[in-house]
Amino acid sequence: MSILDTLSMYFQYPFIRYAFIVGILISLCSSLLGVVLVLKRFSYIGDGLSHVAFGAMAIAAVLHLTSGRLLLVLPITVIAAILLLRKGRNSKVSGDAKIAMISVSSLAFGYLLMNVFGTSSNTSADVCSTLFGATSILTLTSSEVWICVILSTLGILLYILYYNRIFALTFDEDFAKATGENTERYDLIVAIVIAVIIVLAMNLVGSLLISALVIFPAITSMQLFKSFKQVSIASALFAIATATIGMLIALVQGTPVGSTIVVMDVVVFVLMYCLSFVLRIHV
Amino acid sequence: MSVLKAENLSVQFGNNRIIEKLSFAIDKGDYLCVIGENGSGKTTLMKTILGLLKPSEGTIEFGDGVKPNQIGYLPQSMNLQEDFPATVEEVVQSGCLNRLKNKFFYDKEMKQACKEMMEKLDLLPLANASYRTLSGGQRQRVLLARALLASSEILLLDEPVTGLDPERASEMYQLIHRLNQDGMTIVMISHDVKEIYQYATHILDFGNKVTFQKTKDYLKEKGIV
Repeated sequence: MSILDTLSMYFQYPFIRYAFIVGILISLCSSLLGVVLVLKRFSYIGDGLSHVAFGAMAIAAVLHLTSGRLLLVLPITVIAAILLLRKGRNSKVSGDAKIAMISVSSLAFGYLLMNVFGTSSNTSADVCSTLFGATSILTLTSSEVWICVILSTLGILLYILYYNRIFALTFDEDFAKATGENTERYDLIVAIVIAVIIVLAMNLVGSLLISALVIFPAITSMQLFKSFKQVSIASALFAIATATIGMLIALVQGTPVGSTIVVMDVVVFVLMYCLSFVLRIHV
Repeated sequence: MSVLKAENLSVQFGNNRIIEKLSFAIDKGDYLCVIGENGSGKTTLMKTILGLLKPSEGTIEFGDGVKPNQIGYLPQSMNLQEDFPATVEEVVQSGCLNRLKNKFFYDKEMKQACKEMMEKLDLLPLANASYRTLSGGQRQRVLLARALLASSEILLLDEPVTGLDPERASEMYQLIHRLNQDGMTIVMISHDVKEIYQYATHILDFGNKVTFQKTKDYLKEKGIV
């Protein structure tokens, strides 16, 4: 049986199709957000938040919340995002330390909770799948798929509609503020969107690897392109490509979905980094 | 009626009072230069005028048809990121931000205004160039174009010639002077006394004692003329 036959067989299963739809949408969303985060020097906030989401997930697991766990995890992460973005602004150094503190303590707290109160017979497998995604993208219920589709479409729509404001605010916040933009509201929206995407992305790549989805496509496109528009579009395309290829490889080879996608992100980054040198020499 | 009026203005961070009971007023078409040593409160004043900082006492008011969000602002260029992926056109266009109001995208009129402004400042050939690859002088012109799109009434400049070579700096001062002669009100922070004494109509000096005077009175008092 050729690879194509194998794939077409796989794609007859609705859960495989779901996984691809959700995976691509989430990657696309994270990559757009990544452009803003990377340029605002907020890359690490995504990482810190993903650990907060892990802690929240642990609480949800201990409370035996299954379908309702998003209702718990999402608000906790949103609040953490708002706090981090607000504090991270006034004093850079202590903001950094704050992110690190919140991130490791959530990890420790989450693992402790799962270990002490966990009812599952295999705690380390549970922890592992929350951290690295494992197979959870393949076990999505249809309501989870819908939530993912709606929220990520909303995220993409927000980015497109507010594109000009996002550019101005990212490029020069003081100028935007002086011309009457409400930058606090923008920060709040960014915080909420980051939190939502991180919680969604946990299904795909697990909480340890989320930052890769956020950062790599943006950095990769910045190697090649010079305008904000090109960088935004290229990030989206790189994200779609790496998510698709990564998931296909994972499917055929049986490798873990999350790490395969992230490895693809790294490979594409290295390729584009080298390409940018070649182009520079020839121009 | 004054275009910009500060009354009894105080600004403080914690217990540290940066600006103390400052009052001044300028009219349309005036050219105000703010001078003083680093840390004396010049940039703090600028940020308060822009609405980025709140006064702890007193008021800043705009008049003569200028709305608080219709200020053109040219920041110190070193405060901006060097490696930001943006073309000249994208940066200049963001000057139309305060015209968007409830719209999401720049319309034809705004894009046309942006094009005309780039033409006026000799930026059209650079429209698609990357902001990161520009020289210091070109960058300042790009930021000036953006500021001018945001306002046709009043322009705030924070050390507009920092990092420029003398020739480019002098070009920049002449450009600002021309804008002023066309009726633009200028508020500028600068250290270059020669140009300030030549072009400014008013001087706000954050010295040991803060003074606000017409340039000729200031020069007389200092015994320069």
